[in-house]
Amino acid sequence: MTSGGFVALAPMVAVAATVVVLMIAIAIGRHPRVTIGLTLAGLAVAFALLFAAGGSPDRAAPLLVVDEYALFYTGLILAATAAIALLSIRYLDERPEPHDEYYLLLLLAALGSIVLVSAAHFVSFFLGLELLSVSLYGLIAYPRTREQAVEAGVKYLVLAAASAAFLLFGMALVYAELGTMTFAGLAASAPDRVVLAGVGLIVVGFGFKLALVPFHLWTPDVYEGAPAPVAAFLATVSKGAMLALLLRFFAGIDLRAHHALFLVFALLSIASMVGGNLLALLQLNVKRLLAYSSIAHLGYLLVAFLASGAMAATAVAFYLVAYFVTMIGAFGVVTVLSSGEHEAETLDDYRGLLGRRPWLATVFSATLLSLAGIPLTAGFVGKFYLTVAAGGAALWWLLVVMMVTSGIGLFYYLRVIVAMCLQPAGEAAAGAAAPRLPLAAGLTLAALTVLLVWFGVYPAPLIALIRSAVTGMA
Amino acid sequence: MILAWLILVPAIAGVLAWAAERWSRAWPRWVALAGTIVDLVLAVRLWIAAWSAAAPPPGHWLVELNLPWIDALGIRFHLGLDGLSLLLVLLTAFLGIMAVACSWTEIQDRIGLFHLHLMWVLAGIIGVFLSLDLFLFYFFWEMMLVPMYFLIGMWGHERRIYAAVKFFIFTQISGLLMLVAIVALSVVHGRATGVYTFDYVQLLGTPLSPTTGWWLMLGFFGAFAVKLPVVPVHTWLPDAHTEAPTAGSVVLASLLLKTGAYGLLRFVLPLFRDAAASFAPVAIGLGVVGVLYGSVLAFGQTDLKRLVAYTSVSHMGFVLIGVFAGTALALQGAILQILCHGLSTGALFILVGALQERTHTRDINELGGLWPIVPRMGGMTMFFALGAMGLPGLGNFVAEFLVLIGTYQVSPTAAALASIGLIISTLYALWMIQAAFQGRSRETIRIRDLGAREMAMTAALVVALVWLGVYPQPVIDAAVPVVATLTTGPQGAAR
Repeated sequence: MTSGGFVALAPMVAVAATVVVLMIAIAIGRHPRVTIGLTLAGLAVAFALLFAAGGSPDRAAPLLVVDEYALFYTGLILAATAAIALLSIRYLDERPEPHDEYYLLLLLAALGSIVLVSAAHFVSFFLGLELLSVSLYGLIAYPRTREQAVEAGVKYLVLAAASAAFLLFGMALVYAELGTMTFAGLAASAPDRVVLAGVGLIVVGFGFKLALVPFHLWTPDVYEGAPAPVAAFLATVSKGAMLALLLRFFAGIDLRAHHALFLVFALLSIASMVGGNLLALLQLNVKRLLAYSSIAHLGYLLVAFLASGAMAATAVAFYLVAYFVTMIGAFGVVTVLSSGEHEAETLDDYRGLLGRRPWLATVFSATLLSLAGIPLTAGFVGKFYLTVAAGGAALWWLLVVMMVTSGIGLFYYLRVIVAMCLQPAGEAAAGAAAPRLPLAAGLTLAALTVLLVWFGVYPAPLIALIRSAVTGMA
Repeated sequence: MILAWLILVPAIAGVLAWAAERWSRAWPRWVALAGTIVDLVLAVRLWIAAWSAAAPPPGHWLVELNLPWIDALGIRFHLGLDGLSLLLVLLTAFLGIMAVACSWTEIQDRIGLFHLHLMWVLAGIIGVFLSLDLFLFYFFWEMMLVPMYFLIGMWGHERRIYAAVKFFIFTQISGLLMLVAIVALSVVHGRATGVYTFDYVQLLGTPLSPTTGWWLMLGFFGAFAVKLPVVPVHTWLPDAHTEAPTAGSVVLASLLLKTGAYGLLRFVLPLFRDAAASFAPVAIGLGVVGVLYGSVLAFGQTDLKRLVAYTSVSHMGFVLIGVFAGTALALQGAILQILCHGLSTGALFILVGALQERTHTRDINELGGLWPIVPRMGGMTMFFALGAMGLPGLGNFVAEFLVLIGTYQVSPTAAALASIGLIISTLYALWMIQAAFQGRSRETIRIRDLGAREMAMTAALVVALVWLGVYPQPVIDAAVPVVATLTTGPQGAAR
């Protein structure tokens, strides 16, 4: 590797170095404010280094490809991680556990995601995936005195390990047949049955991580059990990185030429849209509702993925940005409303929120409307973009399913908003001595809301940025 | 910029009204009223300007605003005003004032929030009437739904959540299918010309194969048919109108339904000329069914609000017939019917709402003999009921008459059947008055008559309706260029 390679890898190195520095700092003494400060500083440095890495001609091949595409998603992951870290501060203040390891794990999970979006080789793919998964076990079960959290952690551990086994076996089949482990090598090959079987197993691995129906069974339980900010991480960074990888993985493969693969993804997409939206209708728990909503959203994203091409990649990237902003905002509100002992997750916790906490209720309404794809929000433009991409590829039936299911889906988002506007039930009002809004979380939520409206009203600059980044996929 | 202000003024007034609640419970009402009045003044100024200026050549707009927005997708912030949109914007601003005024005493909780939603519905509706970019149109189309949902769901009557959800699911799914059709149209246009755009003017005259044209036309027609409503997909309407608060019913019946009619005139006919022509017999048939079915069901109702709601189904059937009959007279009649129905039905909902506010019932069987107690209310209700049944001298008569004459040129059968609807409308209108205001008086009922605010509102509506009935020429003049473009064929439409 040349010195240019190090420049390209600089953002990754910065995150990894922050982890090491953090460990040393923890060894010297535990100071929550120092830990969070170091974490944010490390993320900021990594973000700044993205601009340097962009100029580097060396792409750090063959394991990784640090191209514009990877850098864009790296930036997104870094920003999302920083937002989640900021939202976590007060949440952790109220818990008996020490703070420090939480940020350590968060940084490691972010590093794993960054490796994923830059991966061009099975080895880096698996490395990133495991780094992400292992950190997430710890994060999900972080409130170790809460039974639900530990249960969710174990559930995630078992299922993620099983899916990793599928993935590995698939990779092994492909390698045994083709003798290559690079994505490009796979794309260039003439696939036979064994390779196709291998790719099929890899798709199962993707399915688990993206929580597509029918691989979604863990999602609601884990989201419900995990601490709210970790659920935000699961729904956004973990899924987003995986989807970015999926696009790169299949970039060289013409899905339309492989009817079986196309059909598999189309069915996964339809199942996720229908299943996610219908199951969400039944939920009275806001965290589970958001979990099912995220399943449905991944279904929409797969429609654009199937459209393939530059337009589709742009649409996916835009939708992901909108989805990140929205989901982190939504889980952010849940986080802020949760106290140490009590997660604000039932619909009753939100009754009359508009009267008690008008600003939080407004932010939450904005995020829910964005998830529902209502105008003036980023979600609306995102959904429109997906429709245009899918329409350009003439995927009419998938589009019709998407429209009908998202029409149904509106119902459960609106139900939460209506609940917030209602008068609170007696005991909920009494038990709602919710904690004061901390400054860091408040500013983060305000920033997210501004972005949400900005991307919904004037998305042109973001689209221009994404276009230049996505066309740079090497 | 004045077009943008037409949309922005109610939107800003809504936010201010919401914020104003913290100072006083009366402030939101005044702020909202000021917003709607400013909007009406702006619209009237546009009308005067349009009147005094020479008519623009066909295919041009009286006022136009065209700004870059999302270049990557070929989307521009393109607003335009012609005679048709001008009339509808005037109607919206005028009835917006009525909607604020009729909630003055009815709405007592979350006043600021109520006016926020009300103003945003109005902003969305005006946006729909002005948009000349299909993305922008869809943007406003969706934007007016959400606040409407909350108006019904939060301030409505007994079964409000059911009604709100039904309304929302119907309109939302049909709207989303229209979105698919919008995107498909843009894609077809892009493939044919290499220009990917959502601009209405550019999309006019897109070459479409008959099958594609048919499907896309259906995508648009579906969304507008739900709004209008056309009979098989009308079932949301009686529920939504009945459960909504008075202002909600007024906005729904007088304005929201008109977006469906407007969509047919602005998009379905010009964009899919051939498909619409071959679809016309079906649409006219559906219209006739709507006229008869709506009026028969109206006659069978005991709930006053439901009764008025079904008369809307019947009256909007005339609009559907007129639009698809396609002759100049029928189109003029349809446009006039849109306006007159907006005024008369809005007034009826205001009166029924006022009655319910006083008696706490809408059940016709529990009422009766109210005339001696509330003579002013009785008289006003009588007037608008006669208007709804098409009494000569009032706007509705002119409108329905024009539609029938225009339709007779195309299909005498349809015209004959639809005129039966007029007879049934006499039945329900007179029966409503008889059951609620005539007959045996109940001594237990002691209620106030219409106050000054309510008299002012209804009097304004009376003046407007009589004016449209006696001297509709200014309105017809304003609509002439639009009708000419619709009837002269694609050359006229695509400049």
